[in-house]
Amino acid sequence: MIAYILRRIGSIFVIMFFASIIIFAITQFLPGDVAQLVLGQFATEEAIANLREEFGLNNPFYVQYLDWAVNFIKGDWGNSLVNRMPIFPMVMSRLRNSAMLAVVVLMIYVPLGILLGVLAALKRDKLPDQMITTVSMVFVALPVFVSSLLLIPFFCHYLGWLPANSSIHPDSTFGEALPYLILPAIAVALNSIGYVARMTRAGTIDVLRTDYVRAAYLKGLPRWQVLFRHVLRNALLPTVTIVAMDAGMMIGGMLVAEVVFGYPGLGRLLLYAMQNQDLPLIQACSMVAVTMLCLANLVADLLYGFLNPRIRVK
Amino acid sequence: MTDTRSRKTIDTEPILDVKNLTVTYHTDRGPIYTVRNVSLQIAAGEIYGLVGESGSGKSTLARAIVRYLADNGEIKSGSVKLGGTDLLALPMSKMQQVWGSRITMVHQDPAAAVNPSITIGEQIAEIARLHLHLSSAEAKAKAVEMLKKMRMPDPESVAKRYPHQLSGGMLQRVVIAIALTTNPQLLIMDEPTTSLDVTTEAAILDLVRELLAEYKMAVLFITHNLGVVANICNRVGVMYAGEILEEGTVQQVFRSKLHPYTRGLLGCLPKITNDKRNVSLTAIPGYIPRMNQLPTGCIFSPRCSMVEDECKAVRPSLLEAEAGHFTACRRWEILQSKPELLMDSQHARDFSKHEEGPVVLSASNIKKHFSVSAGGFASLFKRGRVKIKAVDGVSLGVRGGFTLGIVGESGCGKTTLSRCIAGLEEATSGEIELEGELIPYSVSKRTPAQRKSIQMVFQNPDASLNPHYTIGESVARPLVLMGLSKKEIQERVRQLFNAVNLPEDYINRLPHELSGGEKQRIAIARALAAEPTLILCDEPLSSLDVSVQAALINLLIKLQDTHKISYLFISHDLAAVRYISDWIAVMYLGRICEIGSAEDVFMPPYHPYTEALLSAIPIPDPDVRQERIRLEGSVPSAINLPSGCRFHNRCPRKIGRICEEQEPPWQDVSEHHHICCHITLDELRTLQSEVIVRQADSPGEVR
Repeated sequence: MIAYILRRIGSIFVIMFFASIIIFAITQFLPGDVAQLVLGQFATEEAIANLREEFGLNNPFYVQYLDWAVNFIKGDWGNSLVNRMPIFPMVMSRLRNSAMLAVVVLMIYVPLGILLGVLAALKRDKLPDQMITTVSMVFVALPVFVSSLLLIPFFCHYLGWLPANSSIHPDSTFGEALPYLILPAIAVALNSIGYVARMTRAGTIDVLRTDYVRAAYLKGLPRWQVLFRHVLRNALLPTVTIVAMDAGMMIGGMLVAEVVFGYPGLGRLLLYAMQNQDLPLIQACSMVAVTMLCLANLVADLLYGFLNPRIRVK
Repeated sequence: MTDTRSRKTIDTEPILDVKNLTVTYHTDRGPIYTVRNVSLQIAAGEIYGLVGESGSGKSTLARAIVRYLADNGEIKSGSVKLGGTDLLALPMSKMQQVWGSRITMVHQDPAAAVNPSITIGEQIAEIARLHLHLSSAEAKAKAVEMLKKMRMPDPESVAKRYPHQLSGGMLQRVVIAIALTTNPQLLIMDEPTTSLDVTTEAAILDLVRELLAEYKMAVLFITHNLGVVANICNRVGVMYAGEILEEGTVQQVFRSKLHPYTRGLLGCLPKITNDKRNVSLTAIPGYIPRMNQLPTGCIFSPRCSMVEDECKAVRPSLLEAEAGHFTACRRWEILQSKPELLMDSQHARDFSKHEEGPVVLSASNIKKHFSVSAGGFASLFKRGRVKIKAVDGVSLGVRGGFTLGIVGESGCGKTTLSRCIAGLEEATSGEIELEGELIPYSVSKRTPAQRKSIQMVFQNPDASLNPHYTIGESVARPLVLMGLSKKEIQERVRQLFNAVNLPEDYINRLPHELSGGEKQRIAIARALAAEPTLILCDEPLSSLDVSVQAALINLLIKLQDTHKISYLFISHDLAAVRYISDWIAVMYLGRICEIGSAEDVFMPPYHPYTEALLSAIPIPDPDVRQERIRLEGSVPSAINLPSGCRFHNRCPRKIGRICEEQEPPWQDVSEHHHICCHITLDELRTLQSEVIVRQADSPGEVR
């Protein structure tokens, strides 16, 4: 098991390395010169040349990359080109907000998706299954910005239960933020519920067909015990993987939701940085997003290993 | 050991009493009556063997008894009583209480029947807590106790392990332990040894026999293997297309065989003492009828060679021919008076003088080592790979028109060896000579002529035929590659269909429209199309029913005679290999341990491994005596090969340190028989003075 964990962590470093090269390279090749961007349209040639020297922009690519990477690891992420504020605390505060949103998203779609999936599997090919399958297909097909625009009039204007705008103060506590998180979270979760439900349904149907489930029934175990002790544990293995693989989609969905609802998260910050061509901020936000994605996959791998004795016990 | 077989008919009430049970499946094409009017009784302490080919309805019957049918299944009529309780009248909630406490089941594939993510101990403890109302700690102790009863080495540690850490034989012991924990009234075993190797099967059957002498329960033992029935059951019912055709004690049924179907089944089986030269197998013509197209009269009449008009008119019911012996044949008296009728297949086959042809294939010192990731911590740093020595120095030769049989248990490397010869796997080292000419390892480097000469027939015809090609196209494929004209191809395909006894109008059918046996015929026709000198047959019979097997064996032998082909025939079925082969090689862990002419290998002196294999064959004759030689443990992994003689850690005749330290030498018994063992031939002869398999001196002798 230790070897398994080490292997997974090792592979994360490799992924991070390549991702960082790509992120760095892409931001370098974006149109526009950094020095030009900083100094504005009317800077003199000389001032630009001086700044290029100062930023080390004349160095070869790998030197620039190494400088950047080392500083990044040290936590020295530089200042925003736009508002001159240090990037690190800014990103961290937004990351915290995005994490709060992510928690709510996960709390909505994972249990709900599993529940619907198991239900559909148990009532296979009957009305509940057909309803769940159809509805989850609709949700999967519904982009976040569309579902947001459908949710807002219903919950905010018609029912009046939840606020339509989530542009809260960036330092709000979780308790304060919660009412503002629910609607964007639902918008993101709807997209993923379908995947989880379908994966769980397929996994559960596979396991329900196995000999060992038949054997469990014929041991005389009550239905719920067969379901919880014998079926779910094996059926949810693929679901764990799909949730982790879905993390990328979830981050993308959260970006949209944060923008639509005006929520001060990492996604909105990234969009802001892109709009203003704030290169160091774009790099930082992207790196944090990649790191989160890797961590999500690590957690999934570990969970998978923990749930599956064939990996845990050699 | 107490004998549970010769016990006289039990005069107490039967534990299981099934009366006129009829089961239907509702399908799109209407109801299918899979089990019709079946009655059977099993008393306490009795093992009732239910035999039949696939599709005979034996598993449906078992599922109907426990009321665990598929959703579209329905019990139409009849009654099932267990110890006086009418099971069919119970509500499902009460039936659930019967499961696991009064009825338990053991299924075919032990690896699938246990939950992969729950420890062995817990899977036994679970049922103990539920039905014996034990506390958690008591249930744990009970689990260990049950494992001990199964003669599991180190039961405490086994209880803590997960299923993937145990071998198939050990897992089947676990499944049996689960089934016996609650000491049920009825134990249903559905093909419990079918997926196991022959030595493991023998050990499991021994265990079951001993355990059942202790637990006096009724046992319904379902199998397709007549040998296993003769070995373990007291009474037997022969099931065919949903009905029981003959029932009686094992001795009655196997001795008098009062139904043509029973005789047919037994005639299909190659016997360990026969070979293709003195006996030809009598295959049952035709196929099991579809359940929705049953004949009006006797259901076996379309395939019966002693059928009369009256047989076709009325369906006979079971008649009591002698006390406790029932048959559904109205002409049973003729069968009784002529014990050899329909069985009379003893005749010398007209084998065109079997001259030793030139050596077609000669393989010397073939090795195939796979390297795999070792896993674990090491693989993180160094390129941690280990070698699996699947085939480790095998030399053999095949002469023209001859059959070399290769036997051995799963994992012995016989399939890898054949794939190396075919070039599907590249051998690691060694020399493969085809008709005196050295050929490359890989099939892609061989010349078209070399490729043509070696063809293969695989185990699973479903997987080896392209489902989108008509079978005619599949057979024509090699011909197209040979560059024949369209007309020639059509003509050749027709000839090939005739050669494998398939009607010509099948040419445009797709594989899914064929039965398993027919598909295997197509695979053979395709191999023949290339006009090979050698066909490698890798377990070609294993997925087929016995009656189909016999026809296919006959076909292979006929084709060999007419086309002068050589076969390399790989199988775990010793009787089939003995029957079809001229030479036999016995393989264990990547090496040949005994090789010789078929008669010699089956006569002492044997290699101790061959001896164990022979003593483990289930023989379909209750009057046959077999030495009981059992192997310990399971086949070691090919990663950590035992030192010295590879068989030393399981060998019942191990003589000492020398076996562990030195590789055994080859000893020549005769010109045609070689054994690789440290024990001298004289010593082996004294140890193995008897022929392992022989007719008992007095019929019915206690084993």
